[in-house]
Amino acid sequence: MSIFIDNSTTVIVQGITGRDGGFHTKQMLEYGTRIVGGVTPGKGGQTFDGTVPVFNSVHAAVKATGANTSVIYVPPMFAADAMMEAADAGIRLIVCITEGVPVLDMTRVYPFVQEKGARLLGPNCPGLITPGQSKVGIIPGRICTPGHVGVVSRSGTLTYEIVYQLTRAGMGQSSCVGIGGDPINGTNFIDCLSAFENDPDTHAVAMMGEIGGTDEQEAAEFVATRMTKPVVGFIAGQTAPAGRRMGHAGAIISGSAGTATEKIEAFEQAGMGVAKRPIDFVTLLKARM
Amino acid sequence: MNIHEYQAKELLRAEGVPIPPGEIASTPEQAEAIAKKLGGMVVVKAQVHAGGRGKAGGVKLAKSPEEARELASRILGMKIKGLTVHTVLVTAAAEIASEAYVGIILDRATKKPVFMVSAAGGIDIEEVAATTPEKILKLPIDTRYGLLAYQASELGFFLFDDLKKVRAASKIMMALYQAFMKNGASLAEINPLVVTLAGDVIALDAKISIDDNELDRHPELEALRDETAEEPSEVDARNSHLTFIKLDGDVGCIVNGAGLAMATMDLVKYYGGEPANFLDIGGSSNPEKVVNALRIITAEPHVKAILFNIFGGITRTDDVANGIVTATKANPLKIPIVIRLTGTNEEIAMQILTENGFTASSDMDEAVKKAVALAKGGQAA
Repeated sequence: MSIFIDNSTTVIVQGITGRDGGFHTKQMLEYGTRIVGGVTPGKGGQTFDGTVPVFNSVHAAVKATGANTSVIYVPPMFAADAMMEAADAGIRLIVCITEGVPVLDMTRVYPFVQEKGARLLGPNCPGLITPGQSKVGIIPGRICTPGHVGVVSRSGTLTYEIVYQLTRAGMGQSSCVGIGGDPINGTNFIDCLSAFENDPDTHAVAMMGEIGGTDEQEAAEFVATRMTKPVVGFIAGQTAPAGRRMGHAGAIISGSAGTATEKIEAFEQAGMGVAKRPIDFVTLLKARM
Repeated sequence: MNIHEYQAKELLRAEGVPIPPGEIASTPEQAEAIAKKLGGMVVVKAQVHAGGRGKAGGVKLAKSPEEARELASRILGMKIKGLTVHTVLVTAAAEIASEAYVGIILDRATKKPVFMVSAAGGIDIEEVAATTPEKILKLPIDTRYGLLAYQASELGFFLFDDLKKVRAASKIMMALYQAFMKNGASLAEINPLVVTLAGDVIALDAKISIDDNELDRHPELEALRDETAEEPSEVDARNSHLTFIKLDGDVGCIVNGAGLAMATMDLVKYYGGEPANFLDIGGSSNPEKVVNALRIITAEPHVKAILFNIFGGITRTDDVANGIVTATKANPLKIPIVIRLTGTNEEIAMQILTENGFTASSDMDEAVKKAVALAKGGQAA
């Protein structure tokens, strides 16, 4: 078991003939992800890498392949349209890797995708992986190993760092999900925590938050009231100055809200383990599993 | 991206928001000439990207053009929250009967732009929200339909009873929303929205922040950027496509990825050091970025040690190693460097570094401890 994706997941790649889309499609194929098609308007009828059929639209790709998942690597100004096209074509899980999507675009995309009943992950996220089964996005496959820790994070490379340390310590993962660093995104911490709670293969959860917004505080409340599985949390940005955007569009302390301190306090009040350093996840999770 | 009050007012005026006339000056003489042209009382206002300008003495009322010149000479060059005032706005003064607050923020919780209006204007809206939330009306807007007429009217009625003022305010709400959407804003505020003694509803101050992700779509807004209001090193970094924020510590950090960059700074602090900066070289592994990053960091005299922390996923660590070698051959380092690399092509990277006289580790905690010790002038552990 796992959350959101497994070896039955069928994936199309939007922007498959682009530089990033092409590179990561090869990586996903190597990992064993079932890539059944790609979409690049104007290149329908071609094949990618000699095996993957390319279509002019998501509708055409879904009709021909029955794909249930899409991963998006198109430039920021086209990402909103790509997400809405995927939802309209009946895709159930839309993973948007693209960084730099205007936030106002997301105010239209989010309700549209909700109304279509699809799940959106991202934008500005590394995607997700169920080790040994499927990866959708850009998380390096070789740092992961199958196991029972669920991982959810707002970051990319920090997630890799922690997954890598877990793997080295012999602690495999059920699924690893990067929800992205933007202020308005699709899937949030609670969606992932709830899915991990219901996944029998997940025995504990590692959660990496950062400064900005109140997602972590709401997640802590969820852990305290709705979860039976242990959760260990980390907050990046304890040394970040207020009012500055720390790389991620959403990583900003506004006024006095969104600080690392208030998030860590929320974790502590919820009875969660609090990792002060990335390496602390190993010992804190071991003690709880 | 933050823009100045006078720029925000231009964007609002373009949508029809009534705003008293005014012009900007960078010398006292210009300020005097503008005041003369406007006639009557004027306000001289410091144009800096900081709140609390009034409290800092950066906003003053002048009764004559001579006084405007005198005040401008005092305000120009003044420092407000560390920022030097290079420009003042000289604008016609208004006779104020009452003040209100009107703003739109992009709200993470509702995932919508949210109007916030309050009859308690001219003060800190965060404080009003915290102490007397009933004095604020919050109205989320579905951007697929825009601000509807009945919503604009509801906002107007929350502020005023008199129908003429309600209509004037509703019109301003519509114009503010247009300006917000058209310019890809993340925040647009009129604070205060004023009723004059004559009964007119006008905007006396304005603040707009632009979502940086919109700038590709709105190249005209890029022209509003005031690079004199930023750290020169941060401007340099942006032009080199690096995300860089200057801090006060002495351990210079070069990291790939924003989350890992923040976590690295935090770890420096954890081991008793102080980070000198936030720097994310991004996901692609262009050696040029490494060269630029080293140039920017080593230009800061307070940096006593450099710490590389690279987790190679998409980023190829051999590219980063090549960047380090190229940069240090061109400009030999005067301060110690600690390199932590792991992930994609790690073996090749280690070989490149060793051949060029560098040592590198694959352990993040060890590397951070070592950099902190070196910055303090000690020996590496």
